[in-house]
Amino acid sequence: MMTWLRFPLTTLALLALWLLLVGSVEPGQVLLGALLAALITGGTAGFWPRRRRPGRPWLILRYLWRLALDILTANVRVAVLVLDRRRRPRPFFVELPLALEDPFAIYLFASTVSLTPGTVSADLRRPADDGRTLLLVHSLDGGDAEGASERLCRDLKQRYEQPLMEIFR
Amino acid sequence: MLIDLLVSALVLLGAAFALIGSIGLVRLPDFFTRLHGPTKATTLGIGAMLVASSLYFSTQSEGLALHELLITVFLFMTAPVSANLLAKAALHLRVRSIAAIPRAFRDS
Amino acid sequence: MILALVMPVALAMITLALLLNLWGLLRGPDMPDRVLALDTLYIDSIALLVLLGIQFDSQLYFESALVLALLGFLATVAFCRYLVRGRVIE
Repeated sequence: MMTWLRFPLTTLALLALWLLLVGSVEPGQVLLGALLAALITGGTAGFWPRRRRPGRPWLILRYLWRLALDILTANVRVAVLVLDRRRRPRPFFVELPLALEDPFAIYLFASTVSLTPGTVSADLRRPADDGRTLLLVHSLDGGDAEGASERLCRDLKQRYEQPLMEIFR
Repeated sequence: MLIDLLVSALVLLGAAFALIGSIGLVRLPDFFTRLHGPTKATTLGIGAMLVASSLYFSTQSEGLALHELLITVFLFMTAPVSANLLAKAALHLRVRSIAAIPRAFRDS
Repeated sequence: MILALVMPVALAMITLALLLNLWGLLRGPDMPDRVLALDTLYIDSIALLVLLGIQFDSQLYFESALVLALLGFLATVAFCRYLVRGRVIE
């Protein structure tokens, strides 16, 4: 019954969600929201996959800030590519071997890749021979340049995978 | 006045990005490149519009109107997931692609 | 003031975006293309609802936008499952 006590962050997030949804912070709503949050967290905790708890809030904040800036630049670049009639995009696929192991961290990484400059993560696969996960990334442009895929791999790893490794240590 | 200007700028920016996303959907050459338009441009466009709406209602009526943020967060969480699922489906159906698909992902 | 001038422009742009999505939906050429167009169509309809909310100064549009966001995502997921597995519920 007291399962929700072990997941204070989830309970708080659900409470915040409820308060945002009803748009008030009256004591009655807070009480109802807290009750619902505790019930939902307690009732569904058994279905959640075990995962590592993210640490170091300041790193998470820095990551989110960088992500927000990159989303903005990503959009400007895609916009230029879409609107320039003379340019034909040169797309290419890259297989990215991941160092991350935690499924939730991999989800965050794949989502980040999809939201940022010119890349969408298309598929995940774990080849039978080694334990590492392969992420298939589609890049919108730059396929004609020399060593484009190596550069893209290095950039993505350095920019997003490293911070995520530190957050989910 | 300043708020008015800010809301107008955000609304216009959002609409422009949503339109660019749709132009990309129609204009780009194959499925995997088309996937880029909606996941990025449209998501940011609607994010900007929701922030504008939140600002507008927070200044028009008493109290903060933050519930637009719920939709924004939800869309930013789900857009990559639907893009990924669509890409998986396209790989499975062997949709035409300009870029060469690596061998490990060709059969599914 | 400026907002009153900007709103018709923004509404026209979103309408144009919706029409382009419809064109993409009809053209295809493959099933994933159509699902993608549908996905974009519902996201742009959320944008239209949000704009109408500002235009008519009513917060009632928010609820429908929220429901549309939830249903649209579920629809896309269901379509993709159908494309990959051939059925939605196993």
